[in-house]
Amino acid sequence: MISVQNVHKSFGDLEVLKGVSLDVNRGEVVSVIGGSGSGKSTLLYCINAIEPINSGKILVDDVDVHAKETNKDKLRQKLGMVFQQWNSFPHMTVLENAALAPRIVKKMSKEEAIEIAKKELEHVGLGDKLDVYPTKMSGGQQQRLAIARALAMKPDYMLLDEVTSALDPELVGEVLDTLRLLAEEGMTMICVTHEMGFARDVSDRVAYFHQGVIAEIGEARQVITDPQNPLTQKFLSKVR
Amino acid sequence: MNSLFTPLSWSDSGLILTGVWNTIIISVVAIVVGTVLGLIVGFLRAESNKAVNVLFGSVLDVLRSVPLIIQLILFSTFVGAMGNPLAPFVAGSIVLSLYTMAFMSEVFRSGFESVSPSMQIAARSLGMTKWQTIYHIRLPIGLRAVFPSWLGVSLSVIKDSALVSVIGYMELLRTSEQLISRTQQPLEILIGVGIFYFIISYPLSHYGRYVERKMAI
Ligand SMILES: Nc1ncnc2c1ncn2[C@@H]1O[C@H](COP(=O)(O)OP(=O)(O)OP(=O)(O)O)[C@@H](O)[C@H]1O
Ligand SMILES: [Mg+2]
Repeated sequence: MISVQNVHKSFGDLEVLKGVSLDVNRGEVVSVIGGSGSGKSTLLYCINAIEPINSGKILVDDVDVHAKETNKDKLRQKLGMVFQQWNSFPHMTVLENAALAPRIVKKMSKEEAIEIAKKELEHVGLGDKLDVYPTKMSGGQQQRLAIARALAMKPDYMLLDEVTSALDPELVGEVLDTLRLLAEEGMTMICVTHEMGFARDVSDRVAYFHQGVIAEIGEARQVITDPQNPLTQKFLSKVR
Repeated sequence: MNSLFTPLSWSDSGLILTGVWNTIIISVVAIVVGTVLGLIVGFLRAESNKAVNVLFGSVLDVLRSVPLIIQLILFSTFVGAMGNPLAPFVAGSIVLSLYTMAFMSEVFRSGFESVSPSMQIAARSLGMTKWQTIYHIRLPIGLRAVFPSWLGVSLSVIKDSALVSVIGYMELLRTSEQLISRTQQPLEILIGVGIFYFIISYPLSHYGRYVERKMAI
């Protein structure tokens, strides 16, 4: 379980997270929606210990993420993360991209790492691209590679930060289908997204972020189709 | 035209080969040492804060902007005055290596800086440590990006090595000068020397373009 408890986070004088609390259970998919600059990405970065927090607490399977004694590199192995920019490693083939971390982080043998990488690449529909260099692929394919690369570490959780926002519209579908597949397989996910249809159909719950706080959180369909908070209503009427 | 002087003959080839060899050896030393030091300094510069950079930067600026020939003369005169004159090869290697390092460090710095922070965060998010990220991601991507500039600096070092002749190093130019004063055949000899530099540089820069195309990513 991921448990975010009253987290405050500032960049200099700018307080970006103003007391955020959120529990995500194993097997649950939570979508995070909200306006630009409301702190959605920052929350994911704090969960993954990429950014430190000022106060509050974040627990991942009861491990305090930001405690001094926590091995953050080890912790990140549990938390797969995919970003808006796919950040393929351009000097490696698709297969090498996905096999690198299992090999050097988990110290698997080369054969083992390649086997796992292959499996995850097939999983996201890139089984025929193993020896291609990622820059020769479309954005949608590279984003699926990023997902496979994260999955090859066998994470318990996936943190997804607007993974379709940088894609051409015709490529969004293939990536969302991949995420839908993961959700059906029971992967625990926190998805920051602007795709309201995806949030409504795929997630269990939706959290609406407004200026550093969760202004509304609830069952996905209810939040998207029948929001209670006037702020959520306003936001949703704008993005529709 | 010249019964007073001994014309160029096959017996001079030993001297010429010594010159060729010495040019190659001092160039290789300067490129290797300059590359290794340049990598370290370039990395430190890409990593460090403004204050450190200003300090580093001004030393490097001096090395880059004072003409090499002056650095060579100053250094060997200074070391000589201290009472322990260095062999021309040693003094020349030191100055040429540091001079090379000054250019290489900028090349590598821009390479390291060409790898976006988001690329590094992506690597860290997979559980890679800071050093794994440097070794497996930043270094290879950065080096590929600057390979053409690295080759350019290396080629100009080969040419600049001719200047080490001013402190008495018997590289190709200096052996040629000796031959010229003996044979009075400057045209033939200097054309020969020119062809040597061309034969070295041209294939290298072609090879560079080939590698660049192959690595194009
Ligand atoms: N490293 C940083 N240093 C300083 N300020 C930052 C940094 N990262 C984010 N911010 C600021 O924090 C605020 C929240 O940023 P964040 O990226 O979390 O927003 P977001 O909800 O993800 O927005 P978007 O939908 O545009 O991605 C913004 O005002 C942003 O400018
Ligand atoms: Mg964001």
